Amino acid sequence: METSAHHLAQFNVGRTVAPMDAAELADFRDGLAPINALADAAPGFVWRMVGEDPDHATDVRIPGEDLILNMSVWESRAALWDFVYRTAHLDYLRRRREWFQRLLEPIAVLWWVPAGTVPDLRDAKRRLDLLRTEGPGPEAFTFRDFYEPPAPDGQAEPVKAGR
Amino acid sequence: MDDAELDALGVLADPVRRTLYRYVAQSGREIGRAEAADAAGVKRSLAAFHLDRLAEAGLLDVGFRRPPGRGGPGAGRPAKLYRRAAAEVAVTLPPRSYDLAAEVLADAAERARLDTEVAAAARERGRAEATPGADLHEELTARGYEPYDDGPDIRLRNCPFHRLATDQPVVACAMNLALLEGLLDGIGGTDRTAHLDPRPGECCVILTPASKNKKR
Repeated sequence: METSAHHLAQFNVGRTVAPMDAAELADFRDGLAPINALADAAPGFVWRMVGEDPDHATDVRIPGEDLILNMSVWESRAALWDFVYRTAHLDYLRRRREWFQRLLEPIAVLWWVPAGTVPDLRDAKRRLDLLRTEGPGPEAFTFRDFYEPPAPDGQAEPVKAGR
Repeated sequence: MDDAELDALGVLADPVRRTLYRYVAQSGREIGRAEAADAAGVKRSLAAFHLDRLAEAGLLDVGFRRPPGRGGPGAGRPAKLYRRAAAEVAVTLPPRSYDLAAEVLADAAERARLDTEVAAAARERGRAEATPGADLHEELTARGYEPYDDGPDIRLRNCPFHRLATDQPVVACAMNLALLEGLLDGIGGTDRTAHLDPRPGECCVILTPASKNKKR
């Protein structure tokens, strides 16, 4: 398998409809460990953010905000896409309205990081804000408006992918 | 009204060719000339001619593979195998672009997070279009799902919304699940339930019998 100079990082947020220990969120809580295990075992998975409890990546919160956070790194777009939409994770996503408040602004952002590095949470939040205020660009994009990784020599910017 | 697409459909006018195409397409795997010829009840050479014509028209993809256990000099030529082409061919007259409309509407539904509304509409539609008391496999086949038995479960080889599902997977798959839930409800008398269980290259829904149902 050819090694790439860049990996794909993702960051997504959500506001739950009730406190994490509420009955409405039971299925969400019950699914965290299996879904995390699925990610860990998925082809192309590199790293995910964990709090004190490894099965609760969602323990990591931004102080002062009522948000659930998730951040991970993958070898390629295809690896992440297949995990998100072609595993049991798809059903989890389908039920998002049961557990998360409806946010009409983007809640997920993608960007390229040098292979072997771990993204910083503050940087991730900055990129989500960038996506929200300026739309997709080389530093913060989505699956639908995707940007290919920059050249390995690191000088050029990510390039917009064709449809 | 693309000539290439009209030609592709024209190629299926021949009844033998259409039988061969259907056999390969619905098998969900690669088929060699001998097997196709047997299935269509024709000579191998005639089957080969038609299969190649279908491949030229872009309706079948061609691959080559050595049978297992063979290799090295003197093993003979690899077998020519045919599989349904991944490329879509669609002709509507007068010209219609329902796929474009679907993608735009799905995009809007995703941005506005209309999950519940889409599922409700799809479930109603699935129910309304079902024939009460009908055979489930036939109803699924009529809708293009290409059902097959996988142990006690029914899996669906074809996604009728393939490109839409690649473009907007959550909206498309949630809609599809709800359509099938409605269909099961409308047919009635079945203890099966529909769930999402994606597999590469297939429809994301699986239909499981009641005895296997777990509280989700």
